[in-house]
Amino acid sequence: MKAFDYTAPVTLPEAVGLLVSQPSARLLAGGTDLIVQLRSGRKEADLVIDIKKIPELNALEFDPTAGLTIGAAVPCYRLTSHPVIQSHFPALAEVASWIGGTQIQGRASLGGNLCNAAPSADSIPLLIALGASALIAGPGGRRSVAIEDFCTAPGRNQLATGELLVAIHIPAPAAQSGAAYLRFIPRNEMDIAVVGAGVSVSIAEGVFTAARIALSAVAPTPLFVPAAGAALVGQPVSPAALEAAAQIAQAAATPISDMRGTAAYRKHLCAVMTRRALEIAVTRAQEN
Amino acid sequence: MALKVQVQTTINNEPVQFLCEPRQTLLECLRDVVGLTGTKEGCGDGNCGSCTVKLGDRIVTSCLVLGVEAEGETITTVEGLAHGNTLHPLQKAFLEHAALQCGICTPGFLIAADALLQKHPHPTEDQTRFWLSNNLCRCTGYDKIIRAVQAAAVEINGAPQ
Repeated sequence: MKAFDYTAPVTLPEAVGLLVSQPSARLLAGGTDLIVQLRSGRKEADLVIDIKKIPELNALEFDPTAGLTIGAAVPCYRLTSHPVIQSHFPALAEVASWIGGTQIQGRASLGGNLCNAAPSADSIPLLIALGASALIAGPGGRRSVAIEDFCTAPGRNQLATGELLVAIHIPAPAAQSGAAYLRFIPRNEMDIAVVGAGVSVSIAEGVFTAARIALSAVAPTPLFVPAAGAALVGQPVSPAALEAAAQIAQAAATPISDMRGTAAYRKHLCAVMTRRALEIAVTRAQEN
Repeated sequence: MALKVQVQTTINNEPVQFLCEPRQTLLECLRDVVGLTGTKEGCGDGNCGSCTVKLGDRIVTSCLVLGVEAEGETITTVEGLAHGNTLHPLQKAFLEHAALQCGICTPGFLIAADALLQKHPHPTEDQTRFWLSNNLCRCTGYDKIIRAVQAAAVEINGAPQ
């Protein structure tokens, strides 16, 4: 690895100041992407800013009205083991237990998974489905961006010079709502999604009242498909309704062929993963 | 050239200070600076788990941690498992079940399995395989490793109720 300096600020303004004065600096949370990228030369840094000592970035707070706030540096294991997340956001606890393996989850943060902006990122379709937003701080103050607007290209995101992700905010779950994320991988664990589908649904008296569907690994960025969710709203819960939504999601996907799968195979998987994820989300909504 | 940084840690219950460059990983610091070569480098990018150590109360791949991030932390490496000449029950079980061949992956498996048994005194086979999915072995085919971990669980924690 090329030489760099290291600093670990303890306040947000300090971190923003460092980013403004040294735009080539890189932020370090869990390091499971950054250290690999620095070693391979895919990214360079004169300065690495460790954000784990900033209290706000380590906060994990739930309020029944305000929802869930996940500090940008909170590692995955804190999400998988958190009782409120297990009970209110089971899909999120699952996805945090599927990113890498035990060792990776001890370091890797959801914030890093988002900022790394991989088209195949496991957490992003679910965050989109849950209606989450990215809370950003920078020299101009704070702003909030919907997760579906956060990634702009493979490995690229909305953050401007001097800005950093502070937290991910997820609204409190509505009554009779459920969510799920499913991915297809050839192994049982420790693999990159060939296709992933994140969904959330709300149901009242057997009829869908809201639904959001997003896909991973089938477009340059995680793909929000509003039309697929909209097709469910007003429909009674039925296999045909789920299949129709899955077909709309599939139609929106523009995958490439690579070592993980052909474009045609990925297209096929879009409908299968979406439908199966919807079945889980419906079951969860009916149990809530 | 970045200046070297002094890092203060506790490694295997001993206070240890070391000097490192910010770009050096914890794995490099343990092996090349502190001289604890039990921890092995496999892939160097977090996939194989050979370099697994315990950092605080979590297991991590030490190739993906900077040495400077270990400031103030407590670290357990494979050298910290045995008591003098008495092997840890996991080490004994690995020998008895022939759960290693070339041995490069073994320190990582031992540290990861030790953390598993602290969390789940009697892990199921599924729990064990899922927990150890970040550790690759190219020799044994895993079954012997899983059996060794389960035998060690009984040795340490008694038969499951």
